[in-house]
Amino acid sequence: MSESTRERHGHPASLTTRHEQSLSQSSQSANLGKTEKVLFTIGGGALAIYGITRPSVRGLILTALGAGMLHRGVSGYCEIYRAIGIDHANGKADSVARDIHVEKAVTINRSPEELYRFWRSFENLPLFMKNLEAVVPIDEKRSHWKVKGPAGVLVEWDAEIYNEKEGELISWRALQEADIVNAGTVRFEPAPGGRGTHVRVTMNYNAPGGRLSALMAKLFGQEPGQMVEEDLRCFKQMMEAGEIPSTEGQPTGRSPEATALPKRKPNKKADEQQGLVEPRRSMTHAA
Amino acid sequence: MRAVCWYGKNDVRVYDTPDPKIINPRDAIIKVTTTAICGSDLHLYDGYIPTMEKGDILGHEFMGEVVEVGSQVTNLKLGDRVVVPFTIACGRCFFCKRELWSLCDNSNPNARTAETLYGFSGSGLFGYSHMLGGYAGGQAEYVRVPFADVGPIPIPEGLEDEQVLFLSDIFPTGYMAAENCNIQQGDTIAVWGCGPVGQFAIKSAYLLGAERVIAIDSVAERVKMAAEEGKAETLDFYDEDIFTKLKEMTGGLGPDACIDAVGLEAHGTTIDALYDRAKTALYLATDRSHALRQAIHSCRKGGTVSVPGVYGGFLDKFPFGAAFAKGLTLKMGQTHVHRYLRPLLELIEKGAIDPSFVITHRLGLNDAPFGYETFKKKEDACIKIVMKP
Repeated sequence: MSESTRERHGHPASLTTRHEQSLSQSSQSANLGKTEKVLFTIGGGALAIYGITRPSVRGLILTALGAGMLHRGVSGYCEIYRAIGIDHANGKADSVARDIHVEKAVTINRSPEELYRFWRSFENLPLFMKNLEAVVPIDEKRSHWKVKGPAGVLVEWDAEIYNEKEGELISWRALQEADIVNAGTVRFEPAPGGRGTHVRVTMNYNAPGGRLSALMAKLFGQEPGQMVEEDLRCFKQMMEAGEIPSTEGQPTGRSPEATALPKRKPNKKADEQQGLVEPRRSMTHAA
Repeated sequence: MRAVCWYGKNDVRVYDTPDPKIINPRDAIIKVTTTAICGSDLHLYDGYIPTMEKGDILGHEFMGEVVEVGSQVTNLKLGDRVVVPFTIACGRCFFCKRELWSLCDNSNPNARTAETLYGFSGSGLFGYSHMLGGYAGGQAEYVRVPFADVGPIPIPEGLEDEQVLFLSDIFPTGYMAAENCNIQQGDTIAVWGCGPVGQFAIKSAYLLGAERVIAIDSVAERVKMAAEEGKAETLDFYDEDIFTKLKEMTGGLGPDACIDAVGLEAHGTTIDALYDRAKTALYLATDRSHALRQAIHSCRKGGTVSVPGVYGGFLDKFPFGAAFAKGLTLKMGQTHVHRYLRPLLELIEKGAIDPSFVITHRLGLNDAPFGYETFKKKEDACIKIVMKP
């Protein structure tokens, strides 16, 4: 799907081929980016310490693993990166959006035209995209994007629409100097039998920290497509129900203001006198 | 406000919590006038339903007075007296448009969790775990009702709370169970479980034209209610071999349709029931499906097994071969309450049924912990508890 997308609509971002990269790093020079170095150093250190405090075979393995990561972090060199031809050192990030590929779809009970129009007004997107802070149009094709990244860091970039068909599809890509290299397409296809519209998003991006951090996120249960899937769900809710269901701010016994009422034994007589409880209907027990 | 909160297995407490507020434009706030404890609340009380959190406000059977509406709610006005369906539905998605309200696509904020377990998520429910929406329930003085422009039904003057309260769940649930049996003239319907849903299933089966209804339970006062109020023939599973007895009663044919109004916490004396108890006690299985097995086994060839009883996880030793060999139709699911509100309210207005017959206990909200315990242990001939906040 992604390959055919590229063929049809041109390459989403400028080219630095894998081949070029592997040529540029024949020696054991550093090939990790700054973020990755920090991640490896902290993560590896923490893992090693955790392992040391567990006197078991598992602990030993974790220590070894942590130590390995720590070494990568400090030296800035990763054998795996070299083998698969990634170089994030020298401040040069991979400028092709290819680390993570996501395809998600949702069916919405509205026409393709309505959905296209709502989406094409990019300033609507933060209404249903959780991490999107704002999209500010620059001109007809270009816009400025602000996204809440991991740990609340604000990530910004300019993007352009490089292909669009009214009522059918919008393709965008981040411009050169983006913090997160990304490109994608959203399609609006009429569902069979007048059942609304299939909205399909295909997206490629390079996460800060690269493929490895994406893999780690996956290990901790955060599948890369999850955010896209949740955003599409909210889009559907917005367009069908007119609002996104929420329980935020509803009362619970957990609220800081909540207080437990003392446990009481029911006192039928007293309650009846207060009109709280009516006497039970007569119901004779069967034998 | 006072609210009944879940605090763990066999532990509900009454808390003074903040009042609910309008969150979305289609919300309304209801001042609860009458609420009830449902048999399915006992599944929460017994710790069978995952994703409950300490402090969650319980209750999905409630009614009251509209005291606040969001900007998009134009069909209700302040002071309207309404009954609220326990299923929350947007009214505009594929499923709502097909009257499959309890399968609404847009009302569960935690749909992802339900999808992990079930593949797809049903609608959000009031007070019934975070997986099913995490909405604060109605065993409280006030409750926030989402999509209030499609759910709550205004109640005409002259009807008491207790006559209409059960439109929120158990009456439609019993009715849908009977409707799912596709009852034909001359049909015999067997109903497992004579709790409130079973009682309504019995009455509904007659309303829908059943010739005979046979009710199965072992709790004396429930069996008695089924016989006296429901006019059902009754069987006690401690005294009888249910399959043999049903076969004999139906001239060797078996019941045309069987209703499992028991759900995942079935009791029984047969080997498979004891096996279920042991397995769930060891956490090797989640649901005890003895009643369902018996229903499938007893049903006549080409008949229907209708399941209003709640199931949550995985069934063991499910007799799928018997269901297949006999060409059974299985019908189940959370009730599409919205579908039944108007027709059943009409039946109540006409006097065809007075749902208040199931009520055995009336308590204040503060006595909810006592109420749960009494209901769970079926003490004091308890069948249905209503509470007045």
